[in-house]
Amino acid sequence: MSVASYGARHVQAFLGALGRLARNPLASILTLLVVALALALPMSLKLFVTNARVATGDFTNAVDLSVYLKTDVALSKAEQLAASARARPGVADVTLIPADKALEEFRTYSGFGAALEVLEQNPLPHVLQVHPAPDASSTASVESLRRYFAAWPEVELVQIDSDWVMRFNAILDVLRTVLVIAAALLGMGVLAVVGNTIRLEILNRRAEIEVTKLVGGSNGFVRRPFLYTGMLYGLGGALLAWGIVAVTVVVLARPVATLASLYGSHYSLTGLGMEDAAILLAGGAVLGWLGAWISASRHLSSIEPRA
Amino acid sequence: MIVFDRVAKRYPNGREALAGVSFRVDPGEMVFLTGKSGAGKSTVLKLIALLERPTRGTVLINGRNTSTLKARHIPAFRRHIGVVFQDHKLLADRPVYDNVALPLVVSDTPLREIDKRVRAALDQVGLLGKERMSPLELSVGEQQRVGIARAVVSKPPLLIADEPTGNLDPDLALEVMRLFKRFQEVGVTVVIATHDVHLVREFGQRAITIENGQVHGGTGADALPSLVATR
Repeated sequence: MSVASYGARHVQAFLGALGRLARNPLASILTLLVVALALALPMSLKLFVTNARVATGDFTNAVDLSVYLKTDVALSKAEQLAASARARPGVADVTLIPADKALEEFRTYSGFGAALEVLEQNPLPHVLQVHPAPDASSTASVESLRRYFAAWPEVELVQIDSDWVMRFNAILDVLRTVLVIAAALLGMGVLAVVGNTIRLEILNRRAEIEVTKLVGGSNGFVRRPFLYTGMLYGLGGALLAWGIVAVTVVVLARPVATLASLYGSHYSLTGLGMEDAAILLAGGAVLGWLGAWISASRHLSSIEPRA
Repeated sequence: MIVFDRVAKRYPNGREALAGVSFRVDPGEMVFLTGKSGAGKSTVLKLIALLERPTRGTVLINGRNTSTLKARHIPAFRRHIGVVFQDHKLLADRPVYDNVALPLVVSDTPLREIDKRVRAALDQVGLLGKERMSPLELSVGEQQRVGIARAVVSKPPLLIADEPTGNLDPDLALEVMRLFKRFQEVGVTVVIATHDVHLVREFGQRAITIENGQVHGGTGADALPSLVATR
């Protein structure tokens, strides 16, 4: 058997599989849809995690320290403290937020303006916003800065602003694990759906399989078109899933932009990259092929010619 | 070419189709298998085409023992045997050409070679020009000839037929039998199961008669057991 004729056989099996899908469009479309949904779901989740990571990427370097002074510390003392903080090595910049200004901002943005009127005196302390130097931004250096400021007698509390970023990243890690589990389960779903479709097709073509085996067709030969059919289901489903995700990104773009602008960000949604698309298509094709292979191996050997 | 040595076949349902059948068919011979329906003719053919394996005894086809042939070698084994059925087993959803080409396609024959051989086979059965027709558009006799073309297209050394004339009127039956005779004349071993004793008599070929799972005459080998033992 020459390589050319071997290739020709495969092209023939491929075209035959394509032709059969086209001849039975309704059943094919239903299977494709189920495969597409099963693939689109983990892909959307992956996109969500990726986007959340990109959106918060700007903040992962936010290692500012908020140094809350005691409420009885006077503004002049606070200014002195700010100056000495600025002199400390590893500190790039210090911004003093006076209690009055903080209250003003709080009144404007919190919506508690009316309630604040009731207060006789400002409950807010002066705050030093300490921005560490780039070479002192590591967790250990920031922690040593925190301890340094916490030891000052005028200081009530030192908060590291990156705490919430770390928590958020932990949440993303959980989501990523969920993503892997969902992808595995839905992948098995694709195997089952393609496998079942192939099983029905094998039963439908029983006579043809019997005759083919009768004239000396090997199990491999009989299986070949079914493997192509399964691969086409997987590939087609993956293409459809790609479309679904792309449309979702387009639909979400405007609300996400609005949401981002509310947070003063110019963040925009990232769609599927070329690498993601390649993984999606290859994964779909492999799953479809595998589902067909499992099904064909189980059901083809039971069909033997009877005279 | 074919040696049956004390072959017995019992089906899973308990029916004993053959009870110790021995006969031989030499290469290039044309032999009829006769007997009433249910006598075991079809079982003999199934054992030859390896659709069944014997319960006891030995079946040698072209020197190969079918009992010891591994499952993965069965497809290659079947490619050396052309089989014709009473109901011809054509695929109705494919044109005549594709039906005839199937044995060549499964053996990965080059396309150019397939084209040449399919046309030659259709020419031999007198159906050249009907390649693109559906089997359903053909008459019963023509369908049977398509089945024969499919059986001979890969030039197998052995051709077996199960009641190939069962659905045909006498004229068509005679025509189909003459076709088989022509293949025998070019060296193909032909075994035809039929209950049509008139046809058998007309052709004057050896006939192996099977009754109640036993051979009654025409075995073609009196010293058979020793023959098998020496292999």
